[in-house]
Amino acid sequence: MTVPTDLDARFRAEAAAQGLLDVAYDFTDSPVGTLLLATTTRGVCRISFDPEAESELEPLAREFGSRVLRSPKPLDPVRRELDDYFEHRRDAFDLPVDITPLPTFQRLVLEELARVPYGEVETYGGLAAKIGNPKAARAVGGALNRNPVPIVLPCHRVVGSNGSLTGYAGGLERKRALLDLEAGRLGL
Amino acid sequence: MTTAPPGPPPFERFYEEHRDEIYRYLVRMLGRQAAEDAFQETFLKALRAYANLRHARHLRAWAFTIATRVAVDERRRARPEPLGEHELPSLDSDPAYAELDHLTGELPRTERAAVVLRYGYDLAYADIAAALGSSEEAARQAASTGVRRLRRKGIA
Repeated sequence: MTVPTDLDARFRAEAAAQGLLDVAYDFTDSPVGTLLLATTTRGVCRISFDPEAESELEPLAREFGSRVLRSPKPLDPVRRELDDYFEHRRDAFDLPVDITPLPTFQRLVLEELARVPYGEVETYGGLAAKIGNPKAARAVGGALNRNPVPIVLPCHRVVGSNGSLTGYAGGLERKRALLDLEAGRLGL
Repeated sequence: MTTAPPGPPPFERFYEEHRDEIYRYLVRMLGRQAAEDAFQETFLKALRAYANLRHARHLRAWAFTIATRVAVDERRRARPEPLGEHELPSLDSDPAYAELDHLTGELPRTERAAVVLRYGYDLAYADIAAALGSSEEAARQAASTGVRRLRRKGIA
């Protein structure tokens, strides 16, 4: 005898409704594959291209607190904005993000990254210069590689100084797909 | 150098690991309908307390403790519904207990919890004592009185 599905769903919804969760997470389908989405009460704290919750739950618990539970409702706004983005109805996200546990330098990089406009690209060196540290291109690359909220924080818009795609934690194919989507080149 | 014991796992893991067992236990204690509310209350209570857990030890016994307190309170409020035939647990590692299990509904609540936790879930008396908020000796006593009472009603 296992827990009835509707009882399980009721508990997960109630846990979020009563504000008892440090992190709510769920999965969503997207044109670039299944995504794991996670949010705190302050904002989106994780978007992962790796749909195996296995690798994400422990880090989420370490960073935000152990009350991490799959609960779909709190992710509704995230799902909605992502759907809009993939269907060309939105070119900027209104979602708040929660990157509070990150080191200062990485937060600085990601905050600057958020200003790179839809459909445009920036170089690692350019981003480094904008945060007042023009020699830090490599460190900027490292900070972007560990971007916990890709797509919403658009690290796919950062490329090498010769225009090459260079790298992407979610894989170069996804980076290309996202840039193509924003350039209107491809119906994802 | 000593290392700190690992903290509790993400709540999702704890919940996935224990939800079915706790649900079955609550159905045994309260019947299916009341078990649904008690299930929700048990895990909401667990969530409220979870942030303060400092280690990952004894989580199973901890879950049974919360469920037992919820169930005992619930039984104080209402008489249990009679358990239907289909609600009897079909698998039990202890055949002698399985023959008695359907009679536990007639036991006083602490005896019932003690008997079910000891013989149905193999919890140690120390854990049952924690669940009942009693001494280990009292837990042992409740289980054995419960079993004697069952034997008189049942087969032995």
